[in-house]
Order: sequence, then C-alpha cells, then structure tokens
Amino acid sequence: MILADFKFLAEVLRRRSGLVLPQHKSHLAENRLLPVVRRFGFKDVPALIAELRHGHEALAEAVTEAMTTNDSAFFRDRKTFEEFRDIVLPELLMLRAATKRLRLWCAACAAGQEAYSLAMLLDEAKLAAQGWSIELIASDINSQMVGRAQEGLYSQFEVQRGLPIRKLVANFTQEGTHWRIRKELRDMVSFRIFNLLDSPHWLGELDVVFCRNVLMYFDQKTRRQVLKSIARVLKPDGSLLVGPMESLASLTEDFVPFEHAPGLYFRPRPPLPLLRRAMR
Amino acid sequence: MKHCLVVDNSRVLRKVTCRILEDLAFATEEAEDGAAALSQCRRRMPDVILLDWHMPNMSGIEFLRALRGEAQGRQPVVLFCTTENDVAHITEALGAGADEYIMKPFDRSIIESKLSEVGLLS
Repeated sequence: MILADFKFLAEVLRRRSGLVLPQHKSHLAENRLLPVVRRFGFKDVPALIAELRHGHEALAEAVTEAMTTNDSAFFRDRKTFEEFRDIVLPELLMLRAATKRLRLWCAACAAGQEAYSLAMLLDEAKLAAQGWSIELIASDINSQMVGRAQEGLYSQFEVQRGLPIRKLVANFTQEGTHWRIRKELRDMVSFRIFNLLDSPHWLGELDVVFCRNVLMYFDQKTRRQVLKSIARVLKPDGSLLVGPMESLASLTEDFVPFEHAPGLYFRPRPPLPLLRRAMR
Repeated sequence: MKHCLVVDNSRVLRKVTCRILEDLAFATEEAEDGAAALSQCRRRMPDVILLDWHMPNMSGIEFLRALRGEAQGRQPVVLFCTTENDVAHITEALGAGADEYIMKPFDRSIIESKLSEVGLLS
C-alpha cells in the first residue's frame, strides 16, 4: 500500500472509531481489507481506497469493521472474573441491597464471550431467585460481531478457550460442530451496536463497566475521551474493569486503581468495608 | 518440572502433543494404549495425563476407571483428548473422574487454556 493511501486509511479509521493504525501494520491492514475488496467487487486495495476517498459510507463502515480486533475468549484473563465475583460483586450486593438492582455494561463485547461469561457468573450466583434485577448491556462497534453475539453460537474451537468443560455442558447445547449458549443466558444480555466515541447517555446509570483490552488501540486523547464518557455513566460507587496489563495512570483522575487487583478501578472514594477486608 | 503422560494410539498425535507440552515446560512420556498407560502409572505416577478415548487393548474410559479405582497414592489430573465431542461422552468422562475435556482437533492455545483451567499453568 502506498504511503498516501495508508495515511488516508489510518485517518478514516481514527476519525470513525478512534483506532490507531501504526504504519508497521500496513501489511496487516491490507490483509484485513481483502475480504472487503472481494465483497464490494474492487480490483485491489488501491481501488478500494480510491472509492473510499469519495466518501462511500457503506464502504467506510465495512472498512472500519474489517480493521477492528475481535479476538476474544470466554473468561479471558480468568483472574479478572474471579475478582469481579469475589470483590466487586459482594460489595455491590451489599450496596444495592435496598434496590436489588444491578446494571452492567461490556463496552466492547466482540462476539459476546465476555458478556456471556458474566451472565454465567451472575446466573451461578442465583440472584434472580433472590429477587435481584440484573441488566447486562453489551455493545460493540462492529455490527457483524453484535449479530454473532446475539446468535450466541460458537465453534468448537471458541468454546474450548477459557471455558471449563462443566460450564460448557451446563450452559450450551450442541448444534452439529457448534455450541449455542442457552436461551436463559442469551436473554440476560442486551446487545447493541455502539461506537465508544459517541455519547453513552442511552446507557443510563451503571454499576460496573467492563472495558477490557480496548483502550490500548486508541491514542491518548481518545483514551481520555472514552474514560470521561465511562465516568459520566458509572455511579460514584461503581467499578471499572480494564485489561490487567492496561494502566490508566496519567490518563484520568476519575478513577483510582485497586492495588490488589490489576485492571480493577474505582471512582475516587474511601474504601468500603468489604474492600478494606480484602486489602488486609 | 511437571510430568505429563500422553496416551494416544496415534504416534503422530503423541509427538505433536508432546512438542506442545515440552514448549510449555512439561516433561513428557508416551503410551500407545490404556494398558501401557496403566503400567506406566504404576511405575511412576505423572502429574497430568492427556487421554485419547478409542485405543486398542484398553480404551481411555476403561483406563480412567481403573486409574481412579487404584486405592493407593496420589491421583493425577486427567484431561480427555478425543474426537468424541458430544455431551454423552463428555458426561461419561466427567462421571468417570476426568478433570477436563479437550475435543480434537486442538491447538496449543486450547492445551494451554485447559492446563490453566486445572491449575497446572498460570
């Protein structure tokens, strides 16, 4: 890809999704564009970029989707889910005991594995039977991924990465070589196409936000913007979970790390009883 | 170093699996059927066993029942690793004492994920 085309592509991507495309990934970008070249009937990538310069909206959307990273797995970074189950959730159950209402958001859900992992954990906690109302919202910029997530159908390969076999048998039904997550868990999650650069007001107030392994694809300015958006919708005593290798240092004053669990952040506030106990 | 016994009647699959495990810092040993695996276990019990289902002499499930029936000594972690990918087989394996279940074909990421699941990889 010639440099001018690469720069134009990177700018389209940054403007539409906030994703940063470094120049050393030019070859990767070309590979990811090949299915779009075929789908839209172009001769090659330069022909696709030439059309993109004419402001072809459907093409720009397809290009953006093709460039997003959708790799995910059930219970990815298992420790994060253990921290959610053992630290975040018990405290929230105490804090919300009066309303018995919890609202959680997976901000970049890819094909739904993270959201369904949470649904499995929440289902195991049997909160509905105790009168709790749980709202699990999951979004992604990629419409194809959101469609896949809604289907809840995964290949044999996908269900073997991160998912213990007992959870597979308990929560999925086999359909040929694929496995579909059971309806009760599918019904727990509302999926929606959403660009993290847009206003999150539609989300209302949230108790927990999962925004893992997403910020690392953005530049500093976009990271700050996304964190501001999350701070706007997260309740003052809510929690934010990012990837264990992602640090928010120097990006925000809206969140403080919980030093005993990498990737877990709270709004600045005095520690609550359960957390104080966990810190000892 | 953890010690893994790979039980499969396919020599190629044993080699491929052992290569992955050695990359993950496991010491490996091979057995071509359940009977050979059982006598190897009686000599030296491994930490973990990757176990095929269909094999001559003694099948994987027969081996597992015999192994779990042995009263003495510590019991290894057992991961079935088989083309039998239906719920009935999985349930039978878990009922017989399997700790995890790998459906073939597999790759390194699946082996890693399953070993981590049973606490043998961090």
